[in-house]
Amino acid sequence: MTEAILSVDQLTAQLGAEDDPIRAVDGVSFEIQQGQTFALLGESGCGKSMSALAIMRLLPASGRIVRGTVRFAGKDLLRLSESGMREIRGAGISMIFQEPMTSLNPVLKIGQQIVESLRTHRSVRGKAARNEATALLDAVGIPSPQFAFERFPHQFSGGMRQRIAIAMALANAPRLLIADEPTTALDVTIQAQVLDLIRNLQSRHGMSVLLISHDLGVVHELADRVGVMYAGQIVENASRASFFKRPLHPYSEKLFQSLPDINKRNRSLTVIHGAVPSLKTTFEGCRFTQRCHRTLQLCSQKEPAWSGDADSRVYCHLYTVGGLQSNALAQQQESEVEDAPSNGVGVGDRLLRVRGLKIHFPLTSGVFKRITGYVRAVDGVDLEIPKGKTMALVGESGCGKTTAGKGILQLIKPSMGKIFFEGEDLVELGARSLRQKRSDFQIIFQDPYASMNPRMLVGDAIVEGLKNFDSAFKFPPKRDVIQSLLQQVGLPADSAQRYPHEFSGGQRQRIAIARAIAVRPKLIVCDEPTSALDLSVQAQILNLLKDLQRTTGISYLFITHDISVVAYLAHFVAVMYLGRIVEHGPVDQVLTRPKHPYTKALLSSVPALDADHRRQVTRLAGDVPSPASPPSGCFFHPRCNQVMPACREKYPQLFRIAKNHVTACHLYESQE
Amino acid sequence: MRLVLLWTDIFVFVLLAVAIAFSVYASRKEHLRAPWGEIGKSSVAMSALVVLAFYLTVGILDSIHYHPKLDSGDQNSARYSTEIVSVFDWMLDSLRNKGEKTYSAPFATHLYSKELVVSGEARQQYVFSRLEHGGAHLQEQADKKLDILKTSTWAAAKAFASWILFTLVIVKFRCYRMRASWREGLRQVVCAGTRVRWRAVLLTLLVVMVIAWVSFDLSQKYHVLGTDKVGVSVLYQALKSIRTGLVIGTLTTLVMLPFAVLLGIMAGYFGGWIDDIIQYLYTTLSSIPAVLLIAAAILILQVYLDNHAAELSSAAERADLRLLFLCLILGVTSWTSLCRYLRGESLKLREVDYIQAAMALGTTHFLIILRHILPNVMHIVLITVILDFSGLVLAEAVLSYVQIGVDPTTHSWGNMINSARLEMAREPIVWWSLSAALVFMFTLVLAANLFSDAVRDAFDPRLRSGS
Amino acid sequence: MTAYIVRRFFYAIPILIGVNLLTFILFFVISSPDDVARSQLGDRRVSTEAIESWKADHGYDKPLLYNPSAGGWGKFGDTIFFQKSLRLFVFDFGQSDSGRDIGYDIRQRMWPSLAIAVPTLLLGVLLNITFALVIAFFRATYIDFWSVVLCVVLLSISSLFYIIGGQFLLSKLLHLVPISGYDTGINAIKFLLLPVIIGVIAGVGSGTRWYRTIFLEETEKDYVRTARAKGLQESRVLFVHVLRNALIPILTGLVVILPQLFLGSLITESFFAIPGLGSYTIEGIQSQDFAIVRAMVFLGSLMYIGGLLLTDISYTLVDPRVSLK
Repeated sequence: MTEAILSVDQLTAQLGAEDDPIRAVDGVSFEIQQGQTFALLGESGCGKSMSALAIMRLLPASGRIVRGTVRFAGKDLLRLSESGMREIRGAGISMIFQEPMTSLNPVLKIGQQIVESLRTHRSVRGKAARNEATALLDAVGIPSPQFAFERFPHQFSGGMRQRIAIAMALANAPRLLIADEPTTALDVTIQAQVLDLIRNLQSRHGMSVLLISHDLGVVHELADRVGVMYAGQIVENASRASFFKRPLHPYSEKLFQSLPDINKRNRSLTVIHGAVPSLKTTFEGCRFTQRCHRTLQLCSQKEPAWSGDADSRVYCHLYTVGGLQSNALAQQQESEVEDAPSNGVGVGDRLLRVRGLKIHFPLTSGVFKRITGYVRAVDGVDLEIPKGKTMALVGESGCGKTTAGKGILQLIKPSMGKIFFEGEDLVELGARSLRQKRSDFQIIFQDPYASMNPRMLVGDAIVEGLKNFDSAFKFPPKRDVIQSLLQQVGLPADSAQRYPHEFSGGQRQRIAIARAIAVRPKLIVCDEPTSALDLSVQAQILNLLKDLQRTTGISYLFITHDISVVAYLAHFVAVMYLGRIVEHGPVDQVLTRPKHPYTKALLSSVPALDADHRRQVTRLAGDVPSPASPPSGCFFHPRCNQVMPACREKYPQLFRIAKNHVTACHLYESQE
Repeated sequence: MRLVLLWTDIFVFVLLAVAIAFSVYASRKEHLRAPWGEIGKSSVAMSALVVLAFYLTVGILDSIHYHPKLDSGDQNSARYSTEIVSVFDWMLDSLRNKGEKTYSAPFATHLYSKELVVSGEARQQYVFSRLEHGGAHLQEQADKKLDILKTSTWAAAKAFASWILFTLVIVKFRCYRMRASWREGLRQVVCAGTRVRWRAVLLTLLVVMVIAWVSFDLSQKYHVLGTDKVGVSVLYQALKSIRTGLVIGTLTTLVMLPFAVLLGIMAGYFGGWIDDIIQYLYTTLSSIPAVLLIAAAILILQVYLDNHAAELSSAAERADLRLLFLCLILGVTSWTSLCRYLRGESLKLREVDYIQAAMALGTTHFLIILRHILPNVMHIVLITVILDFSGLVLAEAVLSYVQIGVDPTTHSWGNMINSARLEMAREPIVWWSLSAALVFMFTLVLAANLFSDAVRDAFDPRLRSGS
Repeated sequence: MTAYIVRRFFYAIPILIGVNLLTFILFFVISSPDDVARSQLGDRRVSTEAIESWKADHGYDKPLLYNPSAGGWGKFGDTIFFQKSLRLFVFDFGQSDSGRDIGYDIRQRMWPSLAIAVPTLLLGVLLNITFALVIAFFRATYIDFWSVVLCVVLLSISSLFYIIGGQFLLSKLLHLVPISGYDTGINAIKFLLLPVIIGVIAGVGSGTRWYRTIFLEETEKDYVRTARAKGLQESRVLFVHVLRNALIPILTGLVVILPQLFLGSLITESFFAIPGLGSYTIEGIQSQDFAIVRAMVFLGSLMYIGGLLLTDISYTLVDPRVSLK
């Protein structure tokens, strides 16, 4: 075994007031070998980012390192002077951050920002610095680096900016790169590019990587070893192979089980009950006890100890008592399997029919603000949703899926097209009759924090719609209605008298669902309702949505970028690219036998979890073009790997592949 | 006595009622109560609050006006003076009625300038004549210092004793509410271990009480801050100016609030041509230099008053009308920035998910504005009102200096400075009138600024998350 | 860019018309020329003839908006609105009520105003930025806390105190500079020194506090963390990264008031007897000369709108993210 490049021992960092601290990092120990990638995996608030910042000694102003050692290349970083630490930062250890949009200085040219790093550590200046910087930009795949050197961050897309950040981090050939959620803010196709880039650079330079991520897929793609964090501690530390083969800690095990995928369609997802405990509490025993499904009496009394071998270690009483093998969690979960959802009445009739929906936003210029063009956010979408079914609308950010959803609900006035809801065209309705009709279709948003009025009691928020539609409801507010709604979404009965800020993200999403179903809608547009949530909470919400559909026969238009959620929840899928639907059909057909090259690429970009077989990966080059000036012909042709001359000429028609399965691609023209 | 309601009095009491109603409402709403709790934790803010409360008490007492009853033999038909006085005037009767001939320095026993005196043997000579009231009780000049010391020590002792009494009441009350023991309650207050910083409150109160009591007792025998050109006590003037300062600082915002809030929210929420019109309106108004707009308005008021002098019965009413008009026109010039801010905020809020959800739930525009937008911009309104206050108090002084402020007969710090300025050239300098006005104004403005800082920190979530 | 400026120029016209209309209503409709004449002549029982002749002398004897007695264009041209209000658009300010040429006065008196306002602004900004940077460097320490308290104390003091106190201390006690007055050419400096110093000091409290807030807001941003992660020195982080970003709101905030500088400061100029536009305005107000006030209102709005336009343009210059369309 080689010498560890980084070894962290009992690192403890706290935030906030000293008499009532938040124990963000509580005795974290791990090692990273030369050239290896170590992933810290965990849900939000578990202290993984704080660990990284503590290693860099870049904690926020209210934070401090309480104890522990961080040895990097033979030096104890926590004992270095501030100027000694500065020499390490950016030279020995570099760091890239989650938000490529804000982590670069907006008013400095990117060349300057890279050169600055070169000059600080190696006194490379002038022409030499410029050459080196352009070489770095070239190495991370920025087109025409000479030109890019003079440009500002805002002139690049998110993926490109993350490449620039990587170039900056690599400027002084660091021995360790800390990547804090490097692809979380990016689309899957771009994420695949960036992960490739990190992997290539790593193998070329022999650099070690500390990867911070909440995404099992990303960890699987990149990591050699995995450390699972929970409530400020590492609870499991294993090689990738054994971790993904058989996770040891009950928490890790549950995480895997709560992942949605197509094989779990007919049952509820496993959930982890409860919530992550506050990091302000002083813990007695194991921190996971309250939420654990296999607790021993010991668990709540005594801190566990590490057990296991060099390959995989776990911080859990189950294994200290019985040893690693004996307690292998052989029996797979048995209790939580439920029956396949039985479909409600009237399933199959058409509820919503969208024809040629276009939403264009005008672009103006000149003295008199003449309209010189349009951003074609939604550019001719046809959709049908049957009663009691879920239609997923899939696409990358900026493809117009959210705009389409809001257009269908008439929250944005469509520029063109017809939206038939139970045969009635919503576009034609007057303001008053539309308001009457609104109880039939509702919306749930992505951000659980922005979707609740912070100044309104939860009870008032839930019945807001009822007050609008049900004149009998206005006075007095019926408590029992609120209670039954709260019960339906699984919230405690006293929630009505509380304010939204007292609830966690997942609970708020439940409130949002209660608010929507209060008016008994027939259709709910779910706009990425789980993408801001942690994996275990996502499972709870998905279960709830599925239950509601089973009991009330509601239809969903589920807008998402997450293929695994689609696989679990949807009956039909429509794939959107630059304002148009490129493929659409039943979920099993589209996901298993995708036809459109974009769908294929999208699906293959999703990091796979099964260690043994790796899919044939189609990587997409380049970025999504602007919807203000879409390419000629097929919008996808500049990025398509099966491009033909016809593709540049005209936009393809829809071709029927099978019953209900259609795609807009010239490839299938001949088969017609 | 017969009560009189001047125009500004009506507004002051309306404002007071609104403030009380709001605090009752706020104490029931958790999201409004919590930030006030934060303010309670700040010693500086609580000290400032005590000072503000002192000014406010004076201001309110000075806003209850009446015609005093004249002493006439006839019991049945009471006659009333045409003069309008306030409760505060009545309390300071001793100050109000002890005028001298002209300038006298603080604690002086003689006039500041020599005057021609005809003495008994038809001889004329220039002498510093003895004051009529200031130190009139003194037999020997030399006794003055000792007398002042004795009087003030005695007053301070009385103030301290009442303060002790008050403190004990507060501590007892807290113990009763918290069900704590005497010892524990006292310890918490002394060691600043309370949620509301009672220690700061009580210490500031002690300072305020001692100063007030000592000045009051001394003012019975001396002119503590001297007298001005026509011999009026400067202390009295400075105290009377408090009401003017407060009225300008608060009424102005009261006048502008409805416009700013309504128009700002409408512009941001509805957009389109409504937005265009409102934006045009406030850009036009704010493009006119404020001083000039005020000057123009005041000049026009002057012309109006000149030509309609007969319709106003008394000088006090006339001065009051001008004060009200000044508040109105100051309001017109200062609503635009809040309006612009609220427009921007509503513009953002309109796109926020919960507003979109309300639209999807079929809530009408009126209810969306009332239930969703208004409560979520209220903190901005509150911060602006409190921040604007000190600026307006300072502005009054400047405007009065340019002679487009309050009526020259109204007591105001601006008028005091303005008239004292002319005496700067005198040798030796007449400094007390000017200094008194500046110190009184400074204390109020400083307290308001410190308090508003705390309010902003507590209510602005952006700043809170930053720290 | 050009199209944008041209468009903004067109936007300015309705605003100026609005200002014009408003002042017209204020000065001629609410208080009629008769009222003005009466209060100018100073006596309530003036004869009608005296009023009429005063009005004729000052050109107020015409109808307000429509003159039926005049012919052709004169129906509209020979009115008070046209003569007194619309003429302002071509910078024809006419005569003051006391008979002086306002345009000439303005051209003469803008220079002393500028001579005070420009150095005050520049020195003030430099000083405030320096103080704010120092405070930002020591953020979250006692130095920071007490500096802010000091700023609040300084900004709670009336500007009148700064002026009176400064005059008293520097001129009356120490006899360093003349207490007030003005001279032309190089001799002006000794008269300008005091007002400039006082102007700078009076602005330190609010300026420093404001810039500090801007700096601290910037230091919370993500890119600052990136810069630190590169191993840059704290001083470089502050003086290059933070300062460059903070200068955007600071500079654009200054540009708004640039055109208004030459209107001068009312208080300073009148206290120091500087013959600038500020004291000109005050004299106009105090002698109730409506023609001067009208001219200054128009000029002030013009400068404000000019300032807004300059702000937008300066954004494109200092912020690479902004391009005007």
